[in-house]
Amino acid sequence: MTPELLQQVLFYLFGAIAIGSGMAVVSVKNTVYSALFLVLCFFNVAILWLLIEAEFLAIILVLVYVGAVMVLFLFVIMMLDVKKVTRSQLKSGYTKAALLIAAAMLVQLIMLFAYRLKSQLPADDLIRQGADYSNVTEIGRSIFIDYVYPFEIAAVILLVAIIAAIMLTIRKRPENKQIDASKQIHVNPADRLRMVSMDAEKGDGEES
Amino acid sequence: MSLTLTHYLIFSTLLFMVSLTGIFANRRNILVVLMSLELLLLSVNTNFIAFSKFLGNVDGQVFVFFILTVAAAEAAIGLAILVMLFRNKKSLEVDDINELEG
Repeated sequence: MTPELLQQVLFYLFGAIAIGSGMAVVSVKNTVYSALFLVLCFFNVAILWLLIEAEFLAIILVLVYVGAVMVLFLFVIMMLDVKKVTRSQLKSGYTKAALLIAAAMLVQLIMLFAYRLKSQLPADDLIRQGADYSNVTEIGRSIFIDYVYPFEIAAVILLVAIIAAIMLTIRKRPENKQIDASKQIHVNPADRLRMVSMDAEKGDGEES
Repeated sequence: MSLTLTHYLIFSTLLFMVSLTGIFANRRNILVVLMSLELLLLSVNTNFIAFSKFLGNVDGQVFVFFILTVAAAEAAIGLAILVMLFRNKKSLEVDDINELEG
């Protein structure tokens, strides 16, 4: 088997699994299964990215998506205790129209890519790099030289997302003894301390 | 014949349409809609990487890196909103969320 044929076989195999699990994500009844099929889909797409030598992003996809985002999804699904769905996900009056529209758009896009733009797309094979080539180095150089400011903005976006997620889900418990910092700052001495002026009293000297 | 750009374009088109159908047709569960959004972004990322690799320009991969960042933030905030919603309405069905009468 030539390397080219092997690539083709791997592409079709993993591509078919990815699309099949994508279909399962939107159609299975149980949400936990949906999330697990999404994990399978991510894995297979990562393999497809590896096939065209985008190693860094393939690993990032597995680490960040499968490792973090999908675990977050599973946590939320299991925490929310959604009541059992007995009907299929795709059962409503909209389903037929939705399928029709999606099929029409699919045909249009495939016509566009496979026939119409065929002559304008770069048809040559992938430039296979040597063994000493590092995808990570190349992307890192681009990020830290050409895209430094977008990179820092991305960091700020993540910070904002963290704060937003925490603020949205925080829950005030009545039994919580924590003191509101704002209340503490806005305390006015006049509200809690009353100055009285009174004459000094003279004791009779027998007090112990 | 080896892998070409068209292979990847058609693959990502198929994935895009599957997830778009999930968003259009789903009336049961918002969680699945969020997952379909992740799939949508994944197929767009595949396009970016394929173009970047076949045109020999690394900028597309940097863009995918940023899309992944924003998608992670979106998933976090989306799930937080979902948790709030479930606390208030005790349901995740799309049909139940009609407060705005849209």
